[in-house]
Amino acid sequence: MADAVFRAEGIGKSYPGVRANDDVSFHVAPGEIHALLGENGAGKSTLVKMIYGLVQPDDGQMFLNGESHRPGDPRAARAAGVAMVFQHFSLFDAMTVAENIALGMENPPPRRALSARITKVSHDFGLPLDPARRVVTLSAGERQRVEIIRCLLQDPRLLIMDEPTSVLTPQEAELLFETLRKLADRGTAILYISHKLEEIRSHCDSATILRHGCVVDSCDPRAHSARELAAMMVGGEMRRIDRSGRRTGPVLLEVSGLSLPAPNAEGTALKSVNLTLRAGEILGIGGVAGNGQDELLAALSGEMRSQPGAITLEGRDLSAASPQARRVAGLLAAPEDRLGHAAVPDFSLTENTLLTAGRRKSLVRRGLIDRGAARAYAEEIIRVFDVRTPGPGTAARALSGGNLQKFVIGREVLQSPRVLVVNQPTWGVDAGAATAVRQSLLDLARQGAGIIVISQDLDELLELSDRFCALNEGRLSDPRPTENLGIDEIGLLLGGAHGMEVAQI
Amino acid sequence: MIRLVPRTENSAAWQLATPLLAVLATMVAGGTLFAIMGHDPFAAIRTIFWDPIFGAASGYSRPQLLVKAAPLILIASGLAIGFRAGIWNIGAEGQYIIGGVTGAAVALAAYPAEGMWIFPAMVLAGALGGWAWGMVPALLRNWFGASEILVSLMLVYVAQKVAAWMAFGPMKNPEGFGFPGSRNLQQYPAAANPELVAGTGAHWGVVAAAVAVLATWFLMSRHIRGFHIRAAGLAPRAARFAGVRPQTLVAFCLGLSGALAGMAGLFEAAGPAGQITDKFGTGYGFTAIIVAFLGRLHPVGILLAGLLLALTYIGGELAQLTLQLPAATVQVFQGMLLFFLLGFDLLTRFRIARRITA
Repeated sequence: MADAVFRAEGIGKSYPGVRANDDVSFHVAPGEIHALLGENGAGKSTLVKMIYGLVQPDDGQMFLNGESHRPGDPRAARAAGVAMVFQHFSLFDAMTVAENIALGMENPPPRRALSARITKVSHDFGLPLDPARRVVTLSAGERQRVEIIRCLLQDPRLLIMDEPTSVLTPQEAELLFETLRKLADRGTAILYISHKLEEIRSHCDSATILRHGCVVDSCDPRAHSARELAAMMVGGEMRRIDRSGRRTGPVLLEVSGLSLPAPNAEGTALKSVNLTLRAGEILGIGGVAGNGQDELLAALSGEMRSQPGAITLEGRDLSAASPQARRVAGLLAAPEDRLGHAAVPDFSLTENTLLTAGRRKSLVRRGLIDRGAARAYAEEIIRVFDVRTPGPGTAARALSGGNLQKFVIGREVLQSPRVLVVNQPTWGVDAGAATAVRQSLLDLARQGAGIIVISQDLDELLELSDRFCALNEGRLSDPRPTENLGIDEIGLLLGGAHGMEVAQI
Repeated sequence: MIRLVPRTENSAAWQLATPLLAVLATMVAGGTLFAIMGHDPFAAIRTIFWDPIFGAASGYSRPQLLVKAAPLILIASGLAIGFRAGIWNIGAEGQYIIGGVTGAAVALAAYPAEGMWIFPAMVLAGALGGWAWGMVPALLRNWFGASEILVSLMLVYVAQKVAAWMAFGPMKNPEGFGFPGSRNLQQYPAAANPELVAGTGAHWGVVAAAVAVLATWFLMSRHIRGFHIRAAGLAPRAARFAGVRPQTLVAFCLGLSGALAGMAGLFEAAGPAGQITDKFGTGYGFTAIIVAFLGRLHPVGILLAGLLLALTYIGGELAQLTLQLPAATVQVFQGMLLFFLLGFDLLTRFRIARRITA
């Protein structure tokens, strides 16, 4: 205990109406990769924000290398030796790697010396990175390396990583872990936040598990199965996913030669996408974000129209149909971005049902809103999908990510679609809610609907889908049956080396 | 040190409190201004806000309240719909002028015919004129991405020139002894927009304003189109996902607010103003923007705000007469009202926190 790099004792933090952290104590030893595990809303982010000086604890004490650690802002935390890599990057696209790193430093050395140091650190830790490249040309994995190297240049004693692998391909994740291991071997303590239990099992030395803001357990993750870890997180046995009882039927959705220009400068053009979807089937589409996922969803939902014949549902050409016409025909979609795309943050849940369910659930007749029916439908979604909320009058923004996701998926599933397209159905959703969402998709497929799951979570895709294909730079690879498909093969598909070849056949 | 901390949710209490606070602050700041100018601030405030309704001369000024409030409410009702969707029609003044001109054109073309159809046709023509003037920025935005704020504003000046051209040229009264301005429609019974109930000031424009308040309330809270408008303003991507086409919405909002402003223009041309002159536009279209915001873009709020702003018009005139306050008083008051409203609005989205700095 005495030689721990970081120690927290009885940390507590309250927000209006929420006890985000309560009596949290744990320690991280030198050279240890320590996992912080918990569902969304369990208090992990609040905890690391306190360590990094973004918020101040109400009570309790923290120690860094034996000295009291109570940073008033991130600058003080960095000076004390804490570094943090956030889930979302804060880099300027138009600038080079070195310029970006210099911007984050208190006293940046001359550009040439800095470039030399960047190159040295990137070599030492096996993170290849050219300091002269512009950030706009970097992949998500490379951008993360910039953030990591920015931290490493501070020579931190405690490095905090917030869900670092969510944007990485398996190969990139492997590389990251090698780096973290090297760093740990030099004595740096690493605090690692992730939802991915397998990853924690294979790479972390110890784990502290949070639930409802309290430490409920600590363990050696290598000694437990992922199922056991999940059970500790949610405080009960995990429900097993039931894939049984599905039968594939006739072709429902056919996409052929779908090409669309990029909608904006950051967008990706779709290049001759082909796919067929049968009744009762789940098609998984993997790929690193920004490779056309949003555009594919928009093309299917009707937000972007396509050339005639590109999209047919049960023989009907829907290429030029509006989102509403597609919903009437039975083609429904749930976008990735819950707040602001799938739901209006300031609208109540009742009002948010009207966004997509107006016609199919007769909530709108001749343009007039039937408020009673909308409210009843919101209540039905809340009941069937176990959405934790005070009631249908609650604003969407007041719900936690997982609960809003259950609501959004529930809103589409309960409309009994013929085909449902979902993008990142469990992104940022805790394990319990993720299982519920996945099971509801499987149940829908069992009733004869066709489902397309676009996701970056490979475990999810393998768990759900019957066939798998990868979306890479707007090209969709040929589908492969998921049975006997290894994670390495998928990684190659995603990386594009193989996928491009397949896509062009 | 005082800091502004963003609220997690907009405060509903502040939403209602800020318009009242803004009115109070306007009175305080206006009173201070009058005091500096050497007038009794309390007398001035009373003259502007109290005397028009309860004072000695209220017999004359009370009907004026509805006369002034009607165009403000009618125009603001349309503007508020666009503002809810994030579509900024700043040129209602121009649509108001054009509506007056096109509506009056029907009357002048029909003169001296009598017929029940003339007045309804004028209303329709006024609405169409305003609609067409509103569609210009809508189409330019949809086709070329032009800012509807700038285009609609610039068209106000074009509209003013059109009114002047009409007053000096095609619409000039042939029996007007050479004075600029059209025939007086109040003296042409089939086209006049008279006071419907004596002593109230209520003309057809007041009826239209009342209908507009009800209709916009119904549209925004009961109809799916209003739902889509609100969604588009709050979360444009979600609205597109729901099936809203942004172009359709731009055309709908600018067209509707233009039509209502045009109608207001016609009621004015056929009623209180009586004729088209080169000074037909008196600023209702701009003041209506203040009305829309002061009324929180809500129909009932707009009704109250319209009455209040009408009061500043009448009270300002009264203060000119009785206290010899300058004519700009009204504009100063209206400007301060919007200024304070926008300032206090900060408090609905932020709260003030005091922090002791180390």
